[in-house]
Amino acid sequence: MTLNYDSALAIYEPTLGLEVHVELNTKSKMFCGCATEFGAQPNTQTCPVCLGLPGSLPVVNKRAIESSILIGLALNCSIAPFSRFARKNYFYPDMPKNFQTSQYDEPICVNGFLDVDVETDEGNKTFRVEIERVHMEEDTGKSLHVGGATGRIHGADHSLLDYNRAGIPLVEIVTKIVPNTGKYAPLVARAYVATLRDILRSLKVSDVKMEQGSLRCDVNLSLSKIGSGKLGTRSETKNVNSLRSVERAVAGEIIRHANRLESGEKIVQETRHFLEESGETRPGRSKEQAEDYRYFPEPDLVPVVPDAKWIEELRTLLPEKPADRRKRLQTAWAVPDKEMNAMVNAELLDTVEQTVLLGADPTKARSWWLGEISRIANDKAVSPTDLMSVNDVAQIIELISKGELTDKLARQVVEGVIAKEGSPSEVIAKRGLKVVSDDSQLMKAIEEAIAAAPETAEKVRGGNIPAAGALIGAVMKLTGGQADAAKVRELLLKHLGQ
Amino acid sequence: MSIRDNAWQMAAALSKNEISAVELANQHYEQIAAVDKDVHAFLYLDKEGALSQAKEVDIKRAAGEKLSPLAGVPLALKDVMTQKDVPTTCGSKILENWRPPYDSTVVTKLKDAGVIILGKTNMDEFAMGSSTENSAYGPTHNPWDLTRIPGGSGGGSSASLAAFEAPLAIGTDTGGSIRQPAAVTGTVGVKPTYGGVSRYGLVAFSSSLDQAGPCARTVLDAALLHQVIAGFDPKDSTSINQAVPDVVAAAKKLDIKGMKIGVVKQLSGDGYQKGVENKFNEAIAELVKLGAEIIEVSCPNFEYALAAYYLIAPSECSSNLARFDSIRFGLRVGDDGVKSAEEVMNLTRQAGFGREVKRRIILGTYALSSGYYDAYYGSAQKVRTLIKQDFDNAFTKCDVLVSPTAPTTAFKIGEKSNDPLAMYLNDIATIPVNMAGIGGMSLPCGLADEDNLPVGFQIMSPAMKDDRMYLVGGALEAALLSKWGKPILDFAPKLAGSK
Amino acid sequence: MAAISRDEVANLARLARISMSDAELDHLAGEMDVILGAVARVQEVAGADVPPTSHPLAVNNVTREDVVTPSLTPEQALSGAPASSEQRFKVPQILGEE
Repeated sequence: MTLNYDSALAIYEPTLGLEVHVELNTKSKMFCGCATEFGAQPNTQTCPVCLGLPGSLPVVNKRAIESSILIGLALNCSIAPFSRFARKNYFYPDMPKNFQTSQYDEPICVNGFLDVDVETDEGNKTFRVEIERVHMEEDTGKSLHVGGATGRIHGADHSLLDYNRAGIPLVEIVTKIVPNTGKYAPLVARAYVATLRDILRSLKVSDVKMEQGSLRCDVNLSLSKIGSGKLGTRSETKNVNSLRSVERAVAGEIIRHANRLESGEKIVQETRHFLEESGETRPGRSKEQAEDYRYFPEPDLVPVVPDAKWIEELRTLLPEKPADRRKRLQTAWAVPDKEMNAMVNAELLDTVEQTVLLGADPTKARSWWLGEISRIANDKAVSPTDLMSVNDVAQIIELISKGELTDKLARQVVEGVIAKEGSPSEVIAKRGLKVVSDDSQLMKAIEEAIAAAPETAEKVRGGNIPAAGALIGAVMKLTGGQADAAKVRELLLKHLGQ
Repeated sequence: MSIRDNAWQMAAALSKNEISAVELANQHYEQIAAVDKDVHAFLYLDKEGALSQAKEVDIKRAAGEKLSPLAGVPLALKDVMTQKDVPTTCGSKILENWRPPYDSTVVTKLKDAGVIILGKTNMDEFAMGSSTENSAYGPTHNPWDLTRIPGGSGGGSSASLAAFEAPLAIGTDTGGSIRQPAAVTGTVGVKPTYGGVSRYGLVAFSSSLDQAGPCARTVLDAALLHQVIAGFDPKDSTSINQAVPDVVAAAKKLDIKGMKIGVVKQLSGDGYQKGVENKFNEAIAELVKLGAEIIEVSCPNFEYALAAYYLIAPSECSSNLARFDSIRFGLRVGDDGVKSAEEVMNLTRQAGFGREVKRRIILGTYALSSGYYDAYYGSAQKVRTLIKQDFDNAFTKCDVLVSPTAPTTAFKIGEKSNDPLAMYLNDIATIPVNMAGIGGMSLPCGLADEDNLPVGFQIMSPAMKDDRMYLVGGALEAALLSKWGKPILDFAPKLAGSK
Repeated sequence: MAAISRDEVANLARLARISMSDAELDHLAGEMDVILGAVARVQEVAGADVPPTSHPLAVNNVTREDVVTPSLTPEQALSGAPASSEQRFKVPQILGEE
């Protein structure tokens, strides 16, 4: 019989472990001054150092160290008073020196934790994920496999290497084993990566774009029989590159492990690859013999010995924790949960906050960014912040609140700004979008509307207030929509003795 | 003006316009053409580059520009230093025809100082060896006796000086590769304090031991070159960010009255040739005459230095040499469109590396591998601590330490090439300096009675006190010169065709 | 007893990516045995109380500012490559797995 997720968890308890690689967003590489632009032409961001040419030597990027310490502090880690780089020796064509400059037994940060919230059957529950270490290392180049049908490594007849990515600073964040998550293991894994991503984003140390590979996750999973107290053999699933995939990979591995164990097969300690399409994993190519990385202290670099003063200076740079900030903003803006989540999920919280800080009403700021602007951004497949600046939006909202723009006019202004016609005021001027607030001009239109529909005007005079709607509509039409409807209504009713 | 002059004399002649830099370079190329077929000091001559560099110096001088003291003086560069667009082979087949796209910091400094780089000199492959027999391009011959080795790994650099093919040279010293060749060729070689000269562009053998330094025929010449190449380099994290000691002033001072000079007990006796010990002792007598105080010091852990060195250096080299993989530069063997990248890599490294290099890569791979790390690499690091402590103790009692540079004079080519352990013993007296990262100099102290071949005298000074070895070296050199009546190289037989 | 077997040497050659013939492995195993016998002396004085020294310098925290400096041109970067194509380094098929 085949176990499904629920029946597997009736017998087995999963234990998680997560390794997250984060590409730092430094301007230059970890050990040389080459640029780190994503998507540059191949081999245009390389030098003797990151190509591993004979004679070249590394020099550590100070900002990479500071970013790593910031990450450690945000994850409640101790910052090591003495930390060193080590060489991890193994051959691979995308690794120029055939060793990776990494950290081994002397990482920069150790022993932290991250609390993550998961929605359980009993409501929100907090799980504490303990962090074992945060260490610095460098990224590898990229290989393009040519000649095979699929562009995959198998079947290719040769490969082409681009070392632009080689030497980009990476931080690896490794959790301790995460026990007792039960059936929530996939959700805990997902929430951990999501929370970590938020923190890294708030620290401004990485782009944390999973789809571009600037945040990559490896999932370790093992099962033990409930009550046995014995840890099972783990598998390591590499490069799980979206939050949804993290969740699916954990669930998939739980089912796979459970079924193997139930049929009496052993779990092989191995590296597996996550398949985006099926949500399953496949084994990596098994190595006949284990690698022996022969770590030793990197003799081309000196130790990193952060003193208390440096650490405290960095600590003052720590931003408010994303979860705390969210709570604070939600209260201040009086936003319901659902809409708060929408803002967070749309990654517009910062933008809305900045708009509010420029004086805009929170509700208006939220509805413009998540409504009209997001809709257009969606159509254009770009991000809302690519279309409008917070200044523009704040200005438009201000004009609305002063009565100088109607919502309808404001939409036209947004359209104009997006069409690059200029700033909101320029668009207003060019398109002539000012609200008609001149009473005499409005009165002229009102009289015209009454003259065109005397019976309706009589009804209003007779006390039928709702009948005024048709007249107001006519006035709006006559003014080309540039009148403030509330103002028209007020003048109209007064004119008709109401 | 003669090519037998010292570098400082050539510099003086250049500044007085008695000779142009172009003429001086050409005279050396003529000497190279005459003798290098026998000596084989050079792997590559960059005549075009050197002459255009020389011309530039001449133009600047004619225009009255202020020039560096060594501007226009020629130099031979060990082939382990990158020089942009000039072949850099490290004496290895795996780098045949590789032209680096960048200058090492030493080369940048030489170029900035107007020093004329004649060409690249022969060496043991990747600086692993003590005889220059491990070069993939054939051995260099000792100008004193062409059947003998010129020392190693920098045999090409020292031989070029002894054969008057160049008045200055650059060497690198990981376990004695500047000093031992200097000793067996009757020339001067200095390993500065670790971090004193940038390693950027020095193709690494053992990163924590490697150090580039000056080679010359006199102590003052070495000091002048030292001044040019030394100093902090932001491209080398292990470069020392401090002022370079005034080695030129020290070399000129000649007064060592009252200095305390320690003779290291452990660097004598068993394994040291009689004639080497005699000449060393005669030099000690000269130092006494100059007013120095001689103290015998004991460094008991030096006897473990050789063993520790042959673990640390191979360990680091096994990692440093991993990048020679047939992908980004250098040799590729066996790429037939069928073999995998891994197979091609294996075949390339098999074909491209010589025996000694492979021996050390395998040894280092072993010493770092799991299960053996603590017993081998780890223990060697502890020995390193003990050696440092021995030096620290000794330097509380004396200003410098001295010893013979090498236990023997130059041996015959082929004599030890099948016995790695016997070969390793050549470095027994030079290795402790590298282990501790301090400065060491070798200068000639006479000819051994039994074979009439040069003997080297080693002076060791504390870290960043490189001026001390120049002070003692300069004084000893002057005393010996007046005793001998002429420079030691004038005792060497004349090479066929030489001027 | 030999300190190192021929099979161990073969495994080291594999780790070091050097293809070696049987004859070469045999010869090297013999040499390695002698050399290891000699260098094992370090263990005599390497007591637990002795701290290791991995580097002669006692310097810490050497860093550079996060500033972009010019890279090589792709032509320069590829100038030493045994084979290249499409501005990339060309290598035979890679068997390993990322």
